[in-house]
Amino acid sequence: MSAFGKIYAIVWKDLLTEVRTKELFGGMFLFALLTIITFNFAFDLTIVNSPDRPAAVAKAASGAGAIWVAFIFAGMLGLGRAVSLERDRGSFDGLLLCPVDRGVIYLGKLAGNLIFIGLVELIAVPVFGALFNLPVLQPALLLVLGLGTLGFAALGTLFSVMAASTRARDVMLPVLLFPISLPVVIGTVRATTMILTHQTGDLIPWLNLLGAFDVIFLTIAFLVFDRVVEE
Amino acid sequence: MHARRGNSDGKGRALAVLAGLTMLIALYMMAFYVPSDRVQGISQRIFYIHVPMAWDAFLAFFIVFIGGIMYLVRRSPGWDQLARAAAEIGLVFTSLVLITGSLWGKPIWGTWWSWDARMTSTLILWFIYLGYFMLRSYVSDRERAARYAAVLGIIGFVDVPIVYMSVNWWRTLHPQAVVDLSGAAMPASMLNTLMVSLLAFTILLGYLLYQKFRIEQAKDRLADLYYEREEAETLAAEGAVR
Repeated sequence: MSAFGKIYAIVWKDLLTEVRTKELFGGMFLFALLTIITFNFAFDLTIVNSPDRPAAVAKAASGAGAIWVAFIFAGMLGLGRAVSLERDRGSFDGLLLCPVDRGVIYLGKLAGNLIFIGLVELIAVPVFGALFNLPVLQPALLLVLGLGTLGFAALGTLFSVMAASTRARDVMLPVLLFPISLPVVIGTVRATTMILTHQTGDLIPWLNLLGAFDVIFLTIAFLVFDRVVEE
Repeated sequence: MHARRGNSDGKGRALAVLAGLTMLIALYMMAFYVPSDRVQGISQRIFYIHVPMAWDAFLAFFIVFIGGIMYLVRRSPGWDQLARAAAEIGLVFTSLVLITGSLWGKPIWGTWWSWDARMTSTLILWFIYLGYFMLRSYVSDRERAARYAAVLGIIGFVDVPIVYMSVNWWRTLHPQAVVDLSGAAMPASMLNTLMVSLLAFTILLGYLLYQKFRIEQAKDRLADLYYEREEAETLAAEGAVR
């Protein structure tokens, strides 16, 4: 089997498990939605079509922050949960016993995580746009979501596996992931704000920066993954 | 093994004396030799310990980075002991850098904290290495803890310039007064004081690292001895049952 075939097999296994057990997606999605709704009470995010443009821009900016916080929290919940479930069932050990390169396992797990987080985002973004009257239906936003989620999940997949074999797995994942993934968070929030406020002049440098972060984080995580999972 | 008393080894003592002497000279220069800054007055003098401590912290985290790589390649516990020792010293110096920076910021900027790129990335650095120790303490198996710590030490160090760059961009694209520390070139007396202080703090780092490294070695040896004793006791107990 080629490397792609193996990655596909791992992703297929994860998707099939999720379809049968429904232990991940629903929880993540509800969590993301509830976070956004809670933010609504913390900050007034609704944009009223008023001539008061600076106020609208400021609200769109906090809206971009709110949606990314929601995605990051939901993503972290999903990442941690996915590994915990696998460790508890013992299927992760089974995966490690397969005659497959550890880097391939990492890529397979990453692809699965990307699909779950991506699905949550794809459904939550239109809801978010409708709830707060923000112009979310733009192709550029899709690109930012993709780049941001890739960087976050690349680090998250590695750290979730590490955190799962510590004594305080639920605490360990955010403690490791938050500070290290900060550049990705800064980049995505800035880029999303620019898109939501239609000030796309500086967008390209931020997209380049996000792309560079993705490449760096993905490379390192790929390289060190086999050192993490050797048992 | 030959009997060795506490701290009576030559290398450690020589480093301690050297660090103490250069530190005294540096302190003398800071207090009496260098003139006060015309604009900032006496509070600028904290610069001569703030910058060397930042240098020590960076150097220590660089050693954690190298120790991590070498551990993953060679798998000898020595590299992990070195990384562990350096990480703890680096964390202490990072805390001191944040504190001395705040102490200087209050009279000069009128605020303890500002979210400028250098400060923000130092704070993030502090959090990353705090996570490093948390990770170590939550992993029971020593070998696995060393591996995980090595991975985090490598990613954490690579992350530092990335955090700095992203925060810098975030700030510069955000219209706001950014305090620029560089300014005009320093007069010779200030530069001399800084250099002597840098030397003193580098020797201090060497001394601390040397001692801490030996402590970490001793800790591992102690853990091994405990383990061996437990094994022996279990075997003896089994023998008694039979």
